[in-house]
Amino acid sequence: MSTATTHDEHHHGPDKGIMRWVFTTNHKDIGTLYLLFALLMFFVGGSMAMVIRLELFQPGLQFVNPQFFNSMTTMHALIMIFGAVMPAFVGLANWLIPIMLGAPDMALPRMNNWSFWILPFAFTMLLSTLFMDGGAPAGGWTMYPPLVLQTGDAFPFLIFSIHLMGISSIMGAINVIVTIVNMRAPGMTLMKMPLFVWTWLITAYLLIAVMPVLAGAVTMLLTDRFFDTSFFNAAGGGDPVMFQHIFWFFGHPEVYILILPAFGIVSQIIPTFARKPLFGYSSMVYATASIAFLSFIVWAHHMFTVGMPLTGELFFMYATMLIAVPTGVKVFNWVSTMWKGSMTFETPMLFAIGFVIMFSIGGFSGLMLAIAPVDFQYHDTYFVVAHFHYVLVTGAIFAIMAAAYYWLPKWTGNMYNESVGKWHFWLSTISVNVLFFPQHFLGLAGMPRRIPDYSVQFTEFNQISSIGGFVFGLSQLLMVYIVVSSIRGGEKATDRVWEGATGLEFEQLPSPPPYHTFETAPVIK
Amino acid sequence: MFLLKVKQMLAVISVGLFMFGSSTVSAEYGLNLPRGVTPISQEAYDLHMLIFWICVVIAIVVFGAMFYSMLNHRKSKGAVASQFHESTAVEIVWTVVPFIILIGMAIPATKALVAMEDTSNSDITIKVTGYQWKWGYDYIDDGVSFLSTLSTPKEQIFGTEEKGENYLLEVDNPLVIPVNKKVRLLVTASDVIHAWWVPELGMKKDAIPGFVNEMWLKIDTEGTYRGQCAELCGKDHGFMPIVVVAKNDADYQTWLTEQQSASDADVEAAEKQWSKSDLMARGEKAYNTTCAACHQANGEGIPGAFPGIKGSAVSTGPMDAHLDMVLNGKAGTAMAAFGSQLNDIDIAAVITYERNSWGNDTGDLIQPSEVKAAR
Repeated sequence: MSTATTHDEHHHGPDKGIMRWVFTTNHKDIGTLYLLFALLMFFVGGSMAMVIRLELFQPGLQFVNPQFFNSMTTMHALIMIFGAVMPAFVGLANWLIPIMLGAPDMALPRMNNWSFWILPFAFTMLLSTLFMDGGAPAGGWTMYPPLVLQTGDAFPFLIFSIHLMGISSIMGAINVIVTIVNMRAPGMTLMKMPLFVWTWLITAYLLIAVMPVLAGAVTMLLTDRFFDTSFFNAAGGGDPVMFQHIFWFFGHPEVYILILPAFGIVSQIIPTFARKPLFGYSSMVYATASIAFLSFIVWAHHMFTVGMPLTGELFFMYATMLIAVPTGVKVFNWVSTMWKGSMTFETPMLFAIGFVIMFSIGGFSGLMLAIAPVDFQYHDTYFVVAHFHYVLVTGAIFAIMAAAYYWLPKWTGNMYNESVGKWHFWLSTISVNVLFFPQHFLGLAGMPRRIPDYSVQFTEFNQISSIGGFVFGLSQLLMVYIVVSSIRGGEKATDRVWEGATGLEFEQLPSPPPYHTFETAPVIK
Repeated sequence: MFLLKVKQMLAVISVGLFMFGSSTVSAEYGLNLPRGVTPISQEAYDLHMLIFWICVVIAIVVFGAMFYSMLNHRKSKGAVASQFHESTAVEIVWTVVPFIILIGMAIPATKALVAMEDTSNSDITIKVTGYQWKWGYDYIDDGVSFLSTLSTPKEQIFGTEEKGENYLLEVDNPLVIPVNKKVRLLVTASDVIHAWWVPELGMKKDAIPGFVNEMWLKIDTEGTYRGQCAELCGKDHGFMPIVVVAKNDADYQTWLTEQQSASDADVEAAEKQWSKSDLMARGEKAYNTTCAACHQANGEGIPGAFPGIKGSAVSTGPMDAHLDMVLNGKAGTAMAAFGSQLNDIDIAAVITYERNSWGNDTGDLIQPSEVKAAR
């Protein structure tokens, strides 16, 4: 069968129409799908946050009832974590890992298609619960029993959608590991890999280790509800706290799944715009690995108040405090990379610097939360809400924004509008601090999390916070404008895109890269 | 001592900076942890401030270096990138120094934690039970027990009335304890997980069904201290506050005696025959504090979440089934077993009220003695 010419033509470009996206096994297409899906979910989850901030704008119940309010906090978290941040990172992995390593595609392209296409079904199922009898899940994204067992018809849909998300993540993680281990171009040794690839390799191992744990925990919930088991029912000899242990054994590594790729992104961007190599490449790799290791032995700091033995509390406090060491190494490394560089401040660099500063603020409050005797005061208050939004919004999401601005010209071949980008950065940065900084004060002054109404002394800071929230929400529309307009056209990007950019994707590929890249492995010097 | 004062002033100034120049910086906003009135809360506060200031110093150093670099090492100023990287000596320094700082934090934290967890040699023991959505208190040695429910009127919540000073932080029956006595609280729950927390008393403990957690308080100042449930426990999680009144020993003893005679009176009253109108009046009150959160004041429930009582099969059907439902609850739902929460009079009154309100006109009434017999 020598139909080489026709076949070649067929292989060079994508299919036409919608079927290109449904059946695609191309890592770039799948990366694009993941990123657009994440952007959509970012707005769905964000609109739920707007409902929350609207209800909390003043004391009293004005817009929603408490049950629906609880559904909003629950769904907001599930959608942002599993629908926005994780798929965005997987999308970046799909786009970047092959072109950073000189590989022609991901190692398992058909599975890649499947791991993406599970997600729309999972989230349709999750969102459909909003219309069910008894409402959407309202027991918090942590799904603590016995409360979660009071969920109405939505309950099995919640469990199954989490199973689907887990399957998708595990398949994505397997793909990343197999690609990195097997498909590096000759000469691309592990210690030459870009840090983004390193952080993703470690993240993928975390995913494989903990997603099955979550699947197990929610399956036990399912059997407790429908098949008369008593895993978490004290009256039947079970233990509700055991769920919390299992959940957070998943949950803490999950937090690092949401932040390690962000470390990788920032470690790519800062050297580019400082025009100076990363200060300590190998120590960054070791710090990432240490954080990943520690993430498995700190889970109970999420549950200091459940009544653990003193020795348990001490162990988890010490282990948690230790995380500050490798995290500090990372921050010091970024600062040293900037030191005596020749910096310019295009939008990706602005978001990366914003990341370093505001993630560090989240790190400081994290250190405070680690101190168990004071955590008894902080726990389950808005102080915690402020902390994890600093690490997840100004941490993970700012890094994703930075990545989008940094690689968008490479992906589309067109430069984005720099002044819109700068507007987006400054509006986001100012409003996000107006949004979350006052929440530290609210928590310290005694406002618990997850309440739809509050006593009057919390009014002022809630109003400030809500205003910040609305501005932050609206500012994100600029991101949509940036993405759409640079897909459509604009000033052509050079192959290197940024003066100081390094790496295979900038040095060896045109902007935009052709549909298939590195069909012949590049030479790594 | 002077240093502490300076630190406190600095704290006020620094948090004040975030107030956007507002001239009415006052205590009622609450910017920081309260120092509180127990040894635990004071220790937690001091640790909190210590770590806060350590973080501030580190932040000034790190962010200061970043901003210096951003201002001076920029291409527009003609900065030429030096290409230095990798330095094992520097790496060791910035690993070891933070480690030493952490040890400095861990020592006082460990001491505080050990003291907090020591519930031995207590003077009084009170059992605290979390319910959806109220608290129950049992003075184990003195035979006093009662429920504590939100007393803020619905009108304030829905904005038809002006909100009071203690909006959402007020209850019908506060927990009363004596000052300068070590009080041990045994914290548990009957339905889902709650958490008992009063910021000025400095400790938070989860109330977990089937398990008993311990914590202790020793309040040094008379007064009223307010807090809230801190663990998401369903629809009315935001509406189950905690109020603790600390009295001197003599006042406490008086209060205790009053409570004991009131509960004795109830025991006596449970023996007598009640008239329908008395049961209806008491039933309306008990219904509104205990049942209306789910089944609603109009008895119609919330479709899809909580069934209505108006015209329902249970409240218009046989009395036995109705009594069983209220006493023992319904497994797998939010309907709790109220037999453990309410006394015989209240259960009889609630059932009578439910069977004769909102168009349910069975005409039935049930006596407290019949409830007692059915337990």
